[in-house]
Amino acid sequence: MQGLGIHVLFEGINFQRLLGGLWVTLRLALITIGLSCVFGLLFALLMLSRKPAAKVFCRVWLEIVRFMPQLVLLYIVYFGFARIFGWDLDGETSAVLVFTFWGAAEMGDLIRGALTSIPRHQAESAAALGLRKSQVYRYVLIPQTLRRLTPQAINLSTRIIKTTALVKMINVAEVLKVGQQIIGQFYRQPDAAFWVYFVIFLLYFLVCWPFSVLSGYLEKRWA
Amino acid sequence: MSEPILRVQDIRKSFDGSGVLRGVSLEIREGEVVVIVGPSGCGKSTLLRCINGLETIDSGEIRLHNEVISGRKKDLHLVRQKIGMVFQSYDLFPHMKVMDNLLLGPVRALGRPREEVEKEALQMLDRVGLREKADVYPRTLSGGQKQRVALVRAMLMNPELLLLDEITAALDPEMVSEVLNVVIDLARGGMTMAIVTHEMRFAEAVADRILFLEDGVILEESDPETFFHSPKTERAARFLQSFTYASRRDGAEKQSKNNPQG
Repeated sequence: MQGLGIHVLFEGINFQRLLGGLWVTLRLALITIGLSCVFGLLFALLMLSRKPAAKVFCRVWLEIVRFMPQLVLLYIVYFGFARIFGWDLDGETSAVLVFTFWGAAEMGDLIRGALTSIPRHQAESAAALGLRKSQVYRYVLIPQTLRRLTPQAINLSTRIIKTTALVKMINVAEVLKVGQQIIGQFYRQPDAAFWVYFVIFLLYFLVCWPFSVLSGYLEKRWA
Repeated sequence: MSEPILRVQDIRKSFDGSGVLRGVSLEIREGEVVVIVGPSGCGKSTLLRCINGLETIDSGEIRLHNEVISGRKKDLHLVRQKIGMVFQSYDLFPHMKVMDNLLLGPVRALGRPREEVEKEALQMLDRVGLREKADVYPRTLSGGQKQRVALVRAMLMNPELLLLDEITAALDPEMVSEVLNVVIDLARGGMTMAIVTHEMRFAEAVADRILFLEDGVILEESDPETFFHSPKTERAARFLQSFTYASRRDGAEKQSKNNPQG
């Protein structure tokens, strides 16, 4: 009997490998979240534009993203794009592409919702004070939009972090994949799987929990 | 007779083809309080919004001190710095404390020094009985308190003209007078105002002149005494009638006629 399976994590550089995997997860998520914010803003502006074509375009995009499993999108980009367009994208690039495609649409919809939820008379009463249009945005509309948006954007961010686990299916060695490699290495230790997955669960928790705390705090403060 | 501060000449405005203002002209002199009354949808609010440039006008002209202010776009904010406006909805900025709400206009739009305005703001808050609320967020205030702050916020811009658009319409009845007393106080201080309201007693108490607006035209213009006690037009009389109730006891006969089931 080799004792508790948790020891497999401390064999050699296993724990470092796991942390390395976590870093891949985080890097992927952070790049995706950053890009989603930038493109989400553009998406929101498109949605709010008066051109019907732009609205339809955004609507279709949003529906695709909502109904299509992210894994399918990943396969289409990772395997499909190479065949069809001859783009041989590596796993991480494909993942960033797919998750940003998803994140930008969701973030855009959140930004649009936050912007339109601010009553029209807020802008009017600011204008009635003799502020310039740019000042109305800067001091009145944008601060309120950010307040409404932040908790929801944080929520979306934790979802993005969790969803990155899918990239192990296209051979990116993020934390889950590394964990499975470690388990495979110690196949003779029956409870290794439990301990490895348990530690991965803890790692995800440690990453996502602060976001959730922050979101709760901001929601209370800005209510 | 002093020159009018504001001169509105034959303005017209329609939304989706239906005329909301159909040729309205009026003048307001310095220190004068003009109250605009009329049935809902008659164009009262639109009239005020046009004066402040929140709505464009289709034709006609609006002058402030002989300077045309209608149809301006680029420097509209300069015009609005001289014309204050308070709305029906509590329109304080929820993300700013009361004091920051008050400072925003004078400091950011007029570029006045913060400390100076802060002193003035505290004095004004004191005058409306809200000095201790300077450091709270608007959500902790009652509707009446919010509107008093909104009045102070508009007054701190030292406007030449103040427009009040049904500022008590969204308030609980017991809070109406605390707000309107502030307005009467401002009127006593010589503030020039155009007021849209449904509070007829207040209108009578505060107005120098009453304008009765219906279907986008001014039907009657008189001093409050005449308007409320011997209106010149039959329409105005009927409008005023709508604010009174027939007594249940001595109107029993009439009521049964109107209500066949009763």
